[in-house]
Amino acid sequence: MESALDAVRHQAVKHGADRVTRIVLRIGVLSGVDEEALRFAFEALAPHGVAAGAALEIETVAARAHCPHCGTDFGVERGFIFQCPQCHEYSGDIRAGRELGIARLEFSTP
Amino acid sequence: MSSPATPPAPVGEPGFRINALTGAVATPARSLSAPLSAEINAALSASPRGEVAIDVNIPLLEKNDILAERNRGYFLGRGLAALNLVSSPGAGKTTLLERTLDEFGRRTKCAVLVGDLETDNDGRRLSRPHAPVAQITTGTVCHLDAGMIARAAQSINLEGVRILFIENVGNLVCPASFDLGEQVRVVLLSTTEGEDKPLKYPPIFKSAHLVLLTKVDVADVLGFKRDVAVENIRRIAPQARLIQLSARTGEGIPEWYEFLQTLVVKS
Repeated sequence: MESALDAVRHQAVKHGADRVTRIVLRIGVLSGVDEEALRFAFEALAPHGVAAGAALEIETVAARAHCPHCGTDFGVERGFIFQCPQCHEYSGDIRAGRELGIARLEFSTP
Repeated sequence: MSSPATPPAPVGEPGFRINALTGAVATPARSLSAPLSAEINAALSASPRGEVAIDVNIPLLEKNDILAERNRGYFLGRGLAALNLVSSPGAGKTTLLERTLDEFGRRTKCAVLVGDLETDNDGRRLSRPHAPVAQITTGTVCHLDAGMIARAAQSINLEGVRILFIENVGNLVCPASFDLGEQVRVVLLSTTEGEDKPLKYPPIFKSAHLVLLTKVDVADVLGFKRDVAVENIRRIAPQARLIQLSARTGEGIPEWYEFLQTLVVKS
């Protein structure tokens, strides 16, 4: 998180923005990243430089799977057993939920 | 703003780092590189004053993932298939590999990288004149990572090797998060464990290409319910192929060798 913020600051300065107002991260529920830990790291590290006061927004992406038997795409509420609601077969084909990245940056310019 | 601006990082510095959020190693991510800079410039020049918002999609790749991709390319380039064998301690990884080197390894050249916290016992058990073996001792680290594999793979002669077995540290939790650049992830579950292991440690099974149910020769003696275990594996890891075997009696071993043979690149 620390260096991510460094890079965000660096890019913002380099491109003439005087303030980063918002950083939006996209985190899948299967990515292994704990949202609370991420927010804690952000709060502990963020507030200096051009990113001072930037809001951290986390878009959580729910797990979705594809049924190889009947072709249904379905959401997974919790856990690791992905069972198709249509045909009740199990699926290992994960279509969403592993995301981990920066989705959006907002700057203000002088 | 009251606080001074942070000095910009030197140009060309590789990537940014995210500190270990999940208790893992330091995690540099990909740098905000040229395409993003162009996007920012375009957005800023279109709107020279005020608020600028840009949608980006910058994956935050962990350092290990970057090294793993590098390993994958290296293995692919050498025409060898890498298998990452993961299980609890004592599930039979080394015993299976000993037999595999003695039989399959006589016709197809194999190599092994084996990880443990301490001792080179497994490395010595696996040493054969016809198979390069390197032992990785991790000290206190509970898993192998892609950097260790890169170094270990370069420590042995891979000339002519078609199959590279990576015997991971015995652990059903942490190795799940560390891609080593393998082509196939093999998870072993032995009949001396509970039938519900896949339900209790789902991520590792979720990531498996192949599950080996080992020590099936003693299943009955132990009261191990094979059908229950198989159903649990199927629920968590329907994507994985399943082979039931015993390295002692040889049951299921031909099927394992057939699987390995499908990975061998004809050269």
